[in-house]
Amino acid sequence: MPRTIRIAPLTRIEGHAALDIHLDEAGDVADARMTVMSLRGFEKFLMGRPVEEVPRIVTRICGICPWQHHIASTKAAEACLGVAPTPTAAQLRELCQMLASIPDKILHFYFLAAPDFVLGPGADPALRNVAGLVGAAPELARKAALMRYRTQMGLEKFAGKVIHPVAVLVGGFSKPLLEHERAELLALTRDALDFSLESVRLARETLLPPLVKRFRELGEYPSAYLGMVDPNDGSLALHDGVLRLMDQDGSHEEFHPSDYTSHLAEKVEPWTYLKFPYMRRAGRLVLDEREPVGLYRTNCLARVNVCEGISTPLAHSELEIFRREFGRPAHQTFLYHWARLIELVYCCERAIELLEDPAILGRDIRTLPIAPRAGEGVGCVEAPRGTLIYHLKCDHEGMVTHANLLAGTTHNNAGMNLSARQAARSAIKGGVYDQGLLNTVEMSLRAYDP
Amino acid sequence: MVKIAGEWLNSCSGCEIAILNLGETLLTLLPELEFVHLPVLTDNKYFGQTGERDALTIPRAVVGIVSGGVRNEEHLEVLRELRAKTDVLVALGTCATAGGIPALANQTSAASMRELVYRGQPSTVPGPDPDPSRHHIPAMLETCDAVSQHVKVDLSVPGCPPHPDWIAEAIVSLLEGRAPAMPERSVCDGCPTRRLGPDSGCAGAGGTLHRLLEQPAFDPDKGLEEMRCLLEQGFMCMGPVTRRGCGGREGAPRCIAARVPCRGCYGPVNAHSLPFVDYVGALTAVGQSYADMPDKPGYLSRFNGSHTIIRKLED
Repeated sequence: MPRTIRIAPLTRIEGHAALDIHLDEAGDVADARMTVMSLRGFEKFLMGRPVEEVPRIVTRICGICPWQHHIASTKAAEACLGVAPTPTAAQLRELCQMLASIPDKILHFYFLAAPDFVLGPGADPALRNVAGLVGAAPELARKAALMRYRTQMGLEKFAGKVIHPVAVLVGGFSKPLLEHERAELLALTRDALDFSLESVRLARETLLPPLVKRFRELGEYPSAYLGMVDPNDGSLALHDGVLRLMDQDGSHEEFHPSDYTSHLAEKVEPWTYLKFPYMRRAGRLVLDEREPVGLYRTNCLARVNVCEGISTPLAHSELEIFRREFGRPAHQTFLYHWARLIELVYCCERAIELLEDPAILGRDIRTLPIAPRAGEGVGCVEAPRGTLIYHLKCDHEGMVTHANLLAGTTHNNAGMNLSARQAARSAIKGGVYDQGLLNTVEMSLRAYDP
Repeated sequence: MVKIAGEWLNSCSGCEIAILNLGETLLTLLPELEFVHLPVLTDNKYFGQTGERDALTIPRAVVGIVSGGVRNEEHLEVLRELRAKTDVLVALGTCATAGGIPALANQTSAASMRELVYRGQPSTVPGPDPDPSRHHIPAMLETCDAVSQHVKVDLSVPGCPPHPDWIAEAIVSLLEGRAPAMPERSVCDGCPTRRLGPDSGCAGAGGTLHRLLEQPAFDPDKGLEEMRCLLEQGFMCMGPVTRRGCGGREGAPRCIAARVPCRGCYGPVNAHSLPFVDYVGALTAVGQSYADMPDKPGYLSRFNGSHTIIRKLED
């Protein structure tokens, strides 16, 4: 008899979702769907707000990546009002974005994903979590917890608030960085770099290889990739740059974020509240793992695929190791974990670069005066979960008249659904499954860090 | 070991990150706690580990912790199950205690929100609303509500997010079986900035209100106690009508520490106060005019939209 297995809630992910696996008469997987159960509709209630207040509201879209929402929306508001941040303010923003990314990546790898690697995909579900990790690898767990905590607190001490930040203002930044703050952050970030190098080595030498092999059949399909790059040399960019959309074969096109509607479209499905972005030029979206149409993916695997290289030396050599093994573009879903740690190294190195530049201590932190005016603008950064695009319009008093946003996880909606179906088909046959196999299906989604 | 069940409803996970930001305190408390249900960190499933049950079930626990507001039928079902299975229910964060930012949506209808998201965006190929009657997704409620509008709450810990000090106080007081000592009074009560009075003749006093398009005056090399009250400088600071506590036991208010005005993230000073009314007096006290304030609902109902006293705007 056909039946549906509902896995709810999806766990050890950063958002809210459920998975329905539909079995046919023979107990094989007919379909699998990841459903997002809720719509918050920030776009709607941004309307009527002063455009400079948007960055203080949209942080609440994500408590894990509020800095990216804070910064991308500020850029959109600035484009509306025709102002740009001062060079020092731009450095401070990028610094905060890098510092905020460090605990985010540690959280995902160690607290959410690693219980599957260390304890095993089929381990007792009551133990397959961070508490189990503390039991199995106490030193490592403690070190990761402490490093995550220290980077969060370091950023909070400087910027006032780390969860739902407030320091990025239209035209600049709310306060300058003082010398003693710089010294503290530099010491902290150097420790974080050591820890990130340890992490990436541990991952590629020990934790990931056995699972990479197993997950090849659970999750690999050709797709396009979207990510930001430096317009000058095509290197990895998280804070500012152009968007590169790379096709399955590695060919690519680049566009300014403000041109996003020419390249990206979104489709509505009746069975989930989350929309499905796809490549506009494909004209449609087809979720077929052999030959997907219109499908692109985003987040760290996409970013390491689309970039020509990484501007910081240690992250770049990690990228070279990765490419020697998996080629470019790498299509295995499981490799998101590996790519995430390459970015962790980059974020630490980039934060150190910024902190070592004396210009970051500048006192010119805000472009003034700023006058309300009618305008329209797009702002974009790379959030941990993917390309984050804000599109705002305001009237002559600077009040928002329209808002649209495409968040990281939304871009990956199609990719995650295809991964879930592929993993479910591979893991469940003839109606035979257990909690461990179902967890491997969930792991194919967890890799995206949704 | 005290069993804890945690849930997040219409939320962003900031409250859960705030729990992690207990840092060492959390590591100290962990041996005394057993998380029997906590979707962000542990693998317990509503319908059993292989989806074998029909009814949504949360294991029994002594303490329930819930973040986020109530936006759809599933949130309601989860909340009622959590209430039924726990002895003490803690509402964590301002979404749970007062609706939080997502309850700004209550100023317009849920249908108008879907109209914009599914049929009114330049990147979206218009399509009909997702259909809960035909698919396995919950129907939206008309409004985004605070948890206390649907079930009895034993302890409210507001904040967006709550400061880890108060999360620790909530947990420790429960473990010790005593009443928690939570902050009362307003943000101003714990703010170190200087008030000189509206007639001091200083810049900004009694002048026009400033949006965040302007820059407050302060010397970055000097502490907050040398900075003039931002409200007195003419910036719309919500401190007077907002519950204090964001700086924890010792710290200054967090937004003030970043040199920007408060936006009210701890919700009203007490559950039944009305920021909309009280702010008139606060502005008058510093020589400013309420009539000059733009977008009043956007500032004064920003975090407490589930308790709003005004009627919805028409679409």
